[in-house]
Formats: sequence, structure tokens, C-alpha cells
Amino acid sequence: MTVEEPAMHPVGDKLPSLLQSGEHDLCPGCGEPVAIRILLETLAELGLSTSTIGVVGIGCYTAFARTLDVDLVQALHGRAPSVATGVKRMQPTKAVFTLQGDGDMVNEGLQEVLHTAARGENVTCVLLNNGVFGETGGHMTATSVLGQRTKTSLDGRDPDYHGYPIVIGDLLAQLDGAAYIARGSVQNAGAVARTKRMMHKAFETQLAGEGFSMIEVLTMCPTGWFVPTAEGPGYMGETLGQVHVMGELKTRRPK
Amino acid sequence: MTSHMVTVRGTVHIDTEGCKGCELCIPACRPAVLVMSTDVNDTGYRYPELLPGCTGCRACLDVCPDFCFEVFKYEHPVEVQVESAR
Repeated sequence: MTVEEPAMHPVGDKLPSLLQSGEHDLCPGCGEPVAIRILLETLAELGLSTSTIGVVGIGCYTAFARTLDVDLVQALHGRAPSVATGVKRMQPTKAVFTLQGDGDMVNEGLQEVLHTAARGENVTCVLLNNGVFGETGGHMTATSVLGQRTKTSLDGRDPDYHGYPIVIGDLLAQLDGAAYIARGSVQNAGAVARTKRMMHKAFETQLAGEGFSMIEVLTMCPTGWFVPTAEGPGYMGETLGQVHVMGELKTRRPK
Repeated sequence: MTSHMVTVRGTVHIDTEGCKGCELCIPACRPAVLVMSTDVNDTGYRYPELLPGCTGCRACLDVCPDFCFEVFKYEHPVEVQVESAR
């Protein structure tokens, strides 16, 4: 017997309109697809579906380059902000973003993002920060927090041996060319909603021609953190979230 | 065995074969009506199952890394009788 369902309407899309397939090879419990949904829904909601060019760095998220229904340029490790600079200067009517991880942006290409922000380039950099080089096996990155266990800091990050983490959002916020810097996360549905509002503001900053914008999204990497998937959000709040604190770090837009 | 009435304001369609069993949706569900299956899908992962009481809030959709949820809100809430062991 078939039970007839009552009249109903959909709430949100199963897949973002700019994603061609939900299938991907990222690990269970990964936060990056959630952040990519926020990015794609924001582009669609701002009417940018056909007027956006993305520049993708190199990391686990690069796997989405084959399913994103957005014009993309693939950059070399860490160079996405510089490539985005060129794209934006040649195509100033397009919305231009970079999609990078913490290994890509903060280790491999720190000077690229610093100079892009300092020049006040009118692009939006999206950073997926999980504190590990996920794609290459979970090694420590420059954003790994003190005490964090990674493949190359099995006893926890030790400042005497590994140095201290770079809190990239706070660093970029110091630069005069940066117009909007914010840090969100995907650890629960509330954080996703707040991060989406930040994502909107970052792109609105670019559309208004106000200068460089960056949104950092803390994402879970349970594989690289050696924790069960269900414990990823809690672990993130207790470790990365204590150092890379969620919130708007710099804005010229109304709160 | 007793029974009680539950107000249902929405529902979710779950792509159980796309699920990787991360369980992020379980604590995200505000009315706590998602539970993990005892069975596994074709790739060997347990997946969420819906109990009566969904509100159609889309929190599960927002946190799912594998795009498994399709959320619907009922035009009018319905009352469902649920058996419960006491």
C-alpha cells in the first residue's frame, strides 16, 4: 500500500544549482563540500551564476573543479590570488574568487595572498582552513594550532620545534587594502547560516568595488585529525576554533 | 505498548546510497528524529533514517557533506500516531 504524502514544497535544493553532481571522493565527515555549497548558493543568490570566474588552488577541494558549473582557472600551488588578480583586471565586470586550502594559501602561497590583499585587488579569496594538508596525507600546515596532532606532529604541534601557527585572517585584516575579512565555520547548522551571511558580504564587497575580501571557513578533516567523523565538529571547536576565532575581523559594510 | 501523537511539519528524502555514514546529520537534527540505520548501503556505510516528527528545517541538508538530503515542508502539519514502549 502506498501512503500518499501531504501537500508540501521543497526547502532548499538537494544540490546547489551550480553543482553538476553530488558525487565526490572526499572522505566521510569532510567539511569542504559543505563550504562549497555555501559558496555556490551565495553565487546563485547574488545572480552571479553566469558572470563568475573562479580560480582553484590545489587540495582535496580541487576534485570539485570537474563538477562546478562555474568558469574556472586552475592555478599552481598557492598562486590563485595572483592569477585572480590577472583575471579580474582583464575581466573587471566578472565576479572573481579563489578557492584555496590552508596549505595552499598559507604555506605554499602566503606572499601571493598578502600582496593581493595589500594591493586591494577587488577579488574574493575563499579559504577552507582545516589545519592539515589533507590531500597529501594530513601533514601539519602553518595554521595547525599548538598541540594539534597531525601526520608530521604526532605528539602535537610543539612551538619549540614547529613554531607557532599563522592566524591568517587576523594577519590579512591588518592590511589597508583589505576591505572585508571574516571567519566562519561549518561545524553545525547555525555556523553554516552565519558563514553564508559572511560569504554574501564578501561578494557584495567585491561587487561594490570596495577592495579585497577574504572569507575563511573552518572545515572538518576527521581523517587528518585522527578523530571519528561524528567528533569532528566538537574537536574543531576545541582546537582550531580556539585560535582561529569565528567572526567578522574587518568590514566596511554595515553589521 | 502505548502510543502518542506526534506533529509532523515536513519530511526528508534521503539518498541512502550516496551516504558515507559520517553521522553529522544526527546531532544537527533539532527535533532529533534522525537515527542511524543498523543496515548498511551498497558501499558498506550505515545511513540516517527518519522517524516521525520532522519540522522541515533543513539543518540536515546544510551540514551534509554528501548532498544526501532533500527537504520538504508540509503545507499543513499532520498528526501521526506513534507507538512507544513504556
